[in-house]
Amino acid sequence: MRRIISILMENEPGALSRVVGLFSQRGYNIETLTVAPTEDRTLSRLTLTTLGDDRQIERITKNLNKLIEVVKLVDLTEGPHIERELMLCKVKATGAQRAEVKRTVDIFRGQIVDVTSSVYTVQLAGTSDKLDAFVGTIGDAQVLEVVRTGVSGISRGEKVLSI
Amino acid sequence: MEKLSGAEMLVRALQDEGVEIIFGYPGGAVLHIYDALFQQDKVQHILVRHEQAATHAADGYSRATGKPGVVLVTSGPGATNAVTGIATAYMDSIPMVVLSGQVRSDWIGDDAFQETDMVGICRPIVKHSFSVRKPEDIPEMMKKAFYIATTGRPGPVLVDIPKDQTSPLVKVPYEYPKKVKMRSYSPVARGHSGQIRKAVDEMLKARRPVIYAGGGVILGDGSEYLTKLAKLLNFPVTNTLMGLGAYPGSDPQFLGMLGMHGTYEANMVMHSSDLIVAVGARFDDRVTNHAEKFCPGATVIHVDVDPASISKNVRADVPIVGPVRQVLEEMVSMIEESPDRPDAKALERWWDEIKGWREYHGLRYEVNDGGPMKPQQVVQALYKATKGDAYVTSDVGQHQMFAAQFYKFDQPRRWINSGGLGTMGFGLPSAIGVQFAFPDAMVACVTGEGSIQMNIQELSTCLQYGLPIKVININNQALGMVRQWQDMQYGGRHSQSYMDSLPDFVRLAESYGHVGIRVDRIEDLDEAMEKAFSLKDRLVFMDIYVDPSEHVYPMHIADGSMRDMWLSKTERT
Repeated sequence: MRRIISILMENEPGALSRVVGLFSQRGYNIETLTVAPTEDRTLSRLTLTTLGDDRQIERITKNLNKLIEVVKLVDLTEGPHIERELMLCKVKATGAQRAEVKRTVDIFRGQIVDVTSSVYTVQLAGTSDKLDAFVGTIGDAQVLEVVRTGVSGISRGEKVLSI
Repeated sequence: MEKLSGAEMLVRALQDEGVEIIFGYPGGAVLHIYDALFQQDKVQHILVRHEQAATHAADGYSRATGKPGVVLVTSGPGATNAVTGIATAYMDSIPMVVLSGQVRSDWIGDDAFQETDMVGICRPIVKHSFSVRKPEDIPEMMKKAFYIATTGRPGPVLVDIPKDQTSPLVKVPYEYPKKVKMRSYSPVARGHSGQIRKAVDEMLKARRPVIYAGGGVILGDGSEYLTKLAKLLNFPVTNTLMGLGAYPGSDPQFLGMLGMHGTYEANMVMHSSDLIVAVGARFDDRVTNHAEKFCPGATVIHVDVDPASISKNVRADVPIVGPVRQVLEEMVSMIEESPDRPDAKALERWWDEIKGWREYHGLRYEVNDGGPMKPQQVVQALYKATKGDAYVTSDVGQHQMFAAQFYKFDQPRRWINSGGLGTMGFGLPSAIGVQFAFPDAMVACVTGEGSIQMNIQELSTCLQYGLPIKVININNQALGMVRQWQDMQYGGRHSQSYMDSLPDFVRLAESYGHVGIRVDRIEDLDEAMEKAFSLKDRLVFMDIYVDPSEHVYPMHIADGSMRDMWLSKTERT
């Protein structure tokens, strides 16, 4: 099962490599990974998605918690949450396709952020499924390049992950 | 405020931590630190002959005393040589602080002479690591290093120090922090009382209970309360390889070690139990045999300071995360206050059954009449000569298992061996650490002709510091444990498990300035042991030739349950 684990950790050199190392060393796979400092510059927020059953996820979270630099963590998929991923995508836009691409972008509520005579650069945010669906709709033949940030997430309601 | 260089701060921090002794080997990147060491006399530096030995010696010192071991090595090969020792300490949760030199900060990443990414190499085998980026950070970093190494589940901590950070030309104010507070690290201080109550309820209604105690009881200083708990309830106790000495080895309630080479009765008791009280143990694969067939009828109480150990291999019915000493103490006082006791009749029947198992096997082995000595006899002779009062370090292999089975440890911190990593070459250097901690104690290193040669150069260190260690070399002219597996699982094809061209260990010991004694016949064994231990100020290397064909039994049958064992070459359960 796909899980989103969100980690608050010390913003120190080496901290990221310890988190990533823990996964590779135990043979777990990281599907996506995104990390940046928080409003408190001494802390970083790291969000990763991984696949595993309950037992594997329990082991992963226990071992992540053991890392000295990890302050707190939460498995967002345990409760209601919001997840978003940002995608930048270059799409071939010539002839009749130009209007069709524009319509599709509108339907997905994306934005065209750069234009040339033959290419649209599209920015799209949403769940990973939505981004997949967009790429699927446009079709491989039209898509020139895709860049995705990986999932970022936060829990719904009043629950916060902070110190 | 006093101003010190980085090198001086490192040495002063060691003093302020109360460190009396460190083990190391100098080199280019740490010369400033060695110079600072030279100019003081509070911290004694022990010069080993190989950095691996420095880590094992610090490790042995720590296991015997409970204090953190400290190591100082240079960058590059000095640091990489220390890696095996760091991994050894990590696997057995030994508190250790390793100071490794590094090339100048502005050369890092340039493939400079003797540069290696030590922080990167050590990442999976340390509890934490630090890299010095400015000398001002050194006092706090050192404080944190010792705090992390010694609290919670202990472990090695690496401090990597680029040479420029220790320069005598840069002096900064020094103040050693009194306290350390880390928002990201706070080991559990107490076990949950509700869970402890649940565990006590389970213990009071158990009819076929067993206490299974591991190295965590020794590290967590819990032996006293473990013994009280067992006595109060009249429960049988088994120890893991790492836990030997946590419960008195000669006590009648003690079943011996459990697991792959555990006693018949310990493994039978575990398999047949209705309650397992696991304390400071981690259900290692060498204990459980096949985890899915492990003790089918047992409720499991699991006490451990590390939440990640709980329900890792075997699901715990009553998990308790907390320091073993505090949890055991609370269990004891709850039971003392309770009017209830376990069913005495049921326990009596349980003990009758245990007695039957004890009589059935009880670590029996065949003695060769007039033939070569058996390795078990050597350990028994050692036990006799030292009256069970020695510190025994060991290497890895058959001799380690024989020592664990036949030397009865009545106190914690007396049995010092590499259980988790299984590091050959651990025995002699760790004995060095123990002998420094207790200069007047009897220290025996039980080893084999394979293991001893992995760090034999340390005989030179022993001469330099006049360490009267007794090396008990159980010489079967083969890599015994490998050979045993080859006998049992590879049709007796002894691929590379023999040693041709063994040195004359007696003359080797003598060339290092020690006493060597060779023993070939059982008739001479006791006298030779007596003689060795009567030489109180000399290292004695006893080269004792034993039967190469002997196997360690009992032995778990792979992928079976706890009760599936070979009991000799021809009998199985």
